[in-house]
Amino acid sequence: MFKHLKQLTSLVAMIAVVFAFTTEAMAKKSKTLKNTQKKGFVRCGVSQGLPGFSNADASGNWTGIDVDVCRAVAAAVLGDANKVKFTPLSAKERFTALTSGEIDILSRNTTWTLSRDADIGLTFVGVNFYDGQGFMVRKSSGITSTSQFKDGISACTNIGTTTELNMRDFFNSKGIKYEPVAFEKADEVVAAYDAGRCDTYTTDKSGLAAQRTKMKNPDEHIVLPETISKEPLGPVVRQGDAVWEDIVRWSLNTMIEAEEYGITSANADSMKTSDNPAIKRLVGAEGEMGAAFGLDNEWNLRIIKQVGNYGESYKRNIADTGILPDRGPNQLWTKGGILYVPPAR
Amino acid sequence: MDNRGIDFGFGFLKQEASFDMQFTLLDYDGQDSYAWAYVVALLNTLLVSFLGIIFCTILGVIIGVARLSQNFLIRNSAAWYVEFFRNIPLLLQIFFWYYAALRALPLPETAEPWFGVTYMTIKGYYIPSMIWENLNVFLSCLIAAIVSIIFIRIYARKLQEREGKQLPVFYISIGLLIILPLLSFLIGGVKLDFELPVLKQLAQTSFIFEGGIALPPELIALVVALSLYTSTFVAECVRAGIQGISKGQKEAAASVGLNPNQILKLVIMPQALRIIIPPTTNQYLNLTKNSSLAAAIAYPDLVLVFAGTALMQTGKAIEIVGITMLTYLTISLSIAALMNWYNKRIEIKEK
Repeated sequence: MFKHLKQLTSLVAMIAVVFAFTTEAMAKKSKTLKNTQKKGFVRCGVSQGLPGFSNADASGNWTGIDVDVCRAVAAAVLGDANKVKFTPLSAKERFTALTSGEIDILSRNTTWTLSRDADIGLTFVGVNFYDGQGFMVRKSSGITSTSQFKDGISACTNIGTTTELNMRDFFNSKGIKYEPVAFEKADEVVAAYDAGRCDTYTTDKSGLAAQRTKMKNPDEHIVLPETISKEPLGPVVRQGDAVWEDIVRWSLNTMIEAEEYGITSANADSMKTSDNPAIKRLVGAEGEMGAAFGLDNEWNLRIIKQVGNYGESYKRNIADTGILPDRGPNQLWTKGGILYVPPAR
Repeated sequence: MDNRGIDFGFGFLKQEASFDMQFTLLDYDGQDSYAWAYVVALLNTLLVSFLGIIFCTILGVIIGVARLSQNFLIRNSAAWYVEFFRNIPLLLQIFFWYYAALRALPLPETAEPWFGVTYMTIKGYYIPSMIWENLNVFLSCLIAAIVSIIFIRIYARKLQEREGKQLPVFYISIGLLIILPLLSFLIGGVKLDFELPVLKQLAQTSFIFEGGIALPPELIALVVALSLYTSTFVAECVRAGIQGISKGQKEAAASVGLNPNQILKLVIMPQALRIIIPPTTNQYLNLTKNSSLAAAIAYPDLVLVFAGTALMQTGKAIEIVGITMLTYLTISLSIAALMNWYNKRIEIKEK
């Protein structure tokens, strides 16, 4: 009898321990999510001003497709796309700010590379813009292709970016001697190039298009047709919080998939009664799509209603501002681009 | 750090840096290691600090003495200079010199030569480079000249102590410095050629100078800004030092028959230096540390290259910032040690 009681108590104790562990594991699931909900805002690292991607206007309102990723996450986890605290970061500061816990999402036109993903405690969650590095020159120089570059050319760029490395690979492979002039802030690069310090300005092509609008006389400059690298830009989170990583990844995916199914901020509510189950899942009318993240069922509906789908975000920030009216590779796979996200189901 | 997924270690120093630098004193290529990039960037920092210290001292002494001038115009211009340059934040001054100079300087194709063979352009200051033959012969002559000057000085001092005679040491020194190197050209087979910068067309409206030495505008702007800013503080130290010597000293020196030149050299300066050196050391340290503002205008110094690009590419924030801090600490302590040694040498030796 006593023997059995002992077994019983140990069984109860074991169950209690297992239960305690699982509940603790569940509670621990996303520390970042818990902290964010406690604080009441999403902490988001952005650029110091790149039109179309992340740029603040005179009254401090941030806009851009990178900004919209953070807004989408805020809409999903807090219910309000405006509950975001933006921290402008230089290229140099960005990863340290994320790994040290100063921000929870880095959405700052950051190129996804192996060494960044693997080495420095970061995890890339997806791509919100497919880009490539290019060169800008003065029209008056008569240069129309990088094949006309000659020894002694000076190139302005930013420090701490993949740009600096690509530039070296490019000039070395062509056997051209060049003078790299690398600044810490993009505004300083533009000012120096605009003043005539450098013959060419090199960075991601979207960046060139955006910075051109800041120059004294934008029509005097052209972006050369060659693209010298792959630059998939996307949001980044800290390693070690898989649930938070999933929330950010699927917030971005939701925006892209919503465009695929024609769900916009205007018609999202009416889509709840759609016949297509895929659409119904995307607006929270079917399935349990939020539970695994610790969110309610309408988290994705809020993203679409408050921020819009990817196409709306692109049009509002990049096409209508005249930066890159043509979507190029950043078009849906169904329309000849390479935007293709896993299904939400 | 484990929580954040960061690992700690200095192994990255051996990895290939794979970025280029605009301006280096030693050979550097992207294939070299991060450790070598560190050395090259450190040298760039030391170069700027060294040039800055030399120029700010020269300017500071001139301005400091000018502030005590009897001439109203000189005295007041010097005062205005000091108040103007020391009260504007240094970073702004650096931006001013860099961007103002960039806007004002001509493009290479329109640049007028300075002194016939040098060109000041937006892309840099181009000067002829020297091509030596038998450089070591010339250098040994130069060293011989310096060594003999030191001996002559020692001899002259002894002579004065023993017999009261004064040798014209200054003129002898100048003569030796000119004649010995000159002899190396005439007899020693030393040859010196100049490689002049030549304009080269890169594209329709894009030119550059080739050959010679190119000093980048970033270096020039930084040295100018640092020297002007720090020279105001040095000038105040110099003024304080000279004013700290009582008038009686000067009058006493005059009464024993010393001429004004001797009064300054033998009586005022040795005492004034004791007051000037310690605060001036502070200014040298400030200048060295301020040189890290180079990062703002693309001069590849330690902060821009090592604590900037290298940090970014490796993600080793703690290691790199640690190394950088230690480096600045070491530079500062070395300068302080050197100045303290000099201070010890000139202070009053009480018995």
